[in-house]
Amino acid sequence: MVAQRPEHERIVITGVGLTAPNGNSLKELRDSLLAGQSGVVPFETRYFGPTLAGVCRFDELRYQRRKEVRRGTRAGGIGIYCAREAVHDAGLDWENVDKSQVGIYVGVTEHGNVETENEIYQIKGYDYDTQYWSHHHNPRTVANNPAGEISLNMGITGPHYTLGAACAAGNAGIIQGVQMLRLGECDVALGGGVSESIHTFGIFASFHSQGALARHDDPTKASRPFDADRNGIVVAEGGCMFVLERCSDAKARGAKIYGEVAGYAMNSDATDFVLPDPGRQAECMRLAMRRAELNPEDIDIVSTHATGTSSGDIQEAVALRNVWPGGHTLLNNTKSFIGHAMGAAGALELAGNLPAFDDRVCHATINLDRVDPECDLPGLVANQPREMDRVDTILNNSFGMLGINSAVIVRKI
Amino acid sequence: MTGDDIRAAILDILGDIAPDEDLSDLKAEVPFRDQLELDSMDFLDIVMELRKRYRVQIPEEDYPQLASMASTVAYLEPRMKEM
Repeated sequence: MVAQRPEHERIVITGVGLTAPNGNSLKELRDSLLAGQSGVVPFETRYFGPTLAGVCRFDELRYQRRKEVRRGTRAGGIGIYCAREAVHDAGLDWENVDKSQVGIYVGVTEHGNVETENEIYQIKGYDYDTQYWSHHHNPRTVANNPAGEISLNMGITGPHYTLGAACAAGNAGIIQGVQMLRLGECDVALGGGVSESIHTFGIFASFHSQGALARHDDPTKASRPFDADRNGIVVAEGGCMFVLERCSDAKARGAKIYGEVAGYAMNSDATDFVLPDPGRQAECMRLAMRRAELNPEDIDIVSTHATGTSSGDIQEAVALRNVWPGGHTLLNNTKSFIGHAMGAAGALELAGNLPAFDDRVCHATINLDRVDPECDLPGLVANQPREMDRVDTILNNSFGMLGINSAVIVRKI
Repeated sequence: MTGDDIRAAILDILGDIAPDEDLSDLKAEVPFRDQLELDSMDFLDIVMELRKRYRVQIPEEDYPQLASMASTVAYLEPRMKEM
């Protein structure tokens, strides 16, 4: 009965901070999404060589000193940028916020691969003598690192941790924030996700070995979910953190409210390491709607997860067709612009759709030149944004390896 | 390496591990940590960089010798004079 929850149990989004390959603020991201602007570029990584990636170009020194950047991790730096931007956007009187009542919940697909690869590369130059292994390795690779760096940078003394949830992690960070607010564990939750994955050669090499790494002569056309000519994933870095508050608190301070997290769900396929199960995906979406007291026809925009792999896109299409066989609901895909931002994907893809509550435009799925017949979904918005009469609800899908599914529903308030 | 060479090497290392600091007024006799924002992890970076760049091994019991520029140069001079 989310709609009838008392206001102190209704959780709203009051701030957004992000960095994406095609924008370093919500406005920049939204403008790029509406303009069809990709963020995928040529990229070269150790051992693997030339490839493609979504690369972020935010100002690392806006909120960190050079020493902090050097000591910390890319994921930590992304997290700090996003969290600081989100708090600024929320208009919180940060100096007077009780930092012990702020919680930090950061979704990550993985963490530590980048730092471990770097150290192994370093000691290779010393014949693998481990006395040259850095004392920074452990604080950089502990799983809570990205959230912990935010805590250190912002003086937040409430709980901080990451949520390892593969590519559902961005949604998981939001969900955790909502739950902790409802439990009274914090008064302000910073929830979302980050990814530094493009700085590990392993992720490219592994997707390549799996036959799931995208390639294209034109980098901007490499990420093409649902298209018949798709050939895999474009790996991206990025981050997005939301300020979440109880509706009563947000209203009391006159905050701008982006929307209410009206429902969410997470479940598991329990079937395969990599192949998704559309049955469980559909169950996840339906559970989120049930909790929000919404029906499929009440959802205006579905932000799909599809990554551009041959089988994954079809599986999600099966799930989406099951839930939305027709109707007015529109579907889009952000990865077609920026690639797959892994732990940040869910949060970034939700963020890019939030302005639709105001501009009533569903951004497109680009590079959809020849729709795969198996992915030809009713409502799929191809290549050009589409104006809508109203946008009151957005459902955001994020799925991940080992069969982890998530759906978050945000409702205009 | 001469004392001046060692001083320059230490300044180079400090420049890397404390990139926000102004090292131009560093006083030789005053402990680094009284002049610069250095913590124990930074101090270990100095030890590590000396090991990596010059293959100088500094036993843990000798770490106090690296407190200031003057004491560091005095400690390292006999160990690095053949470099």
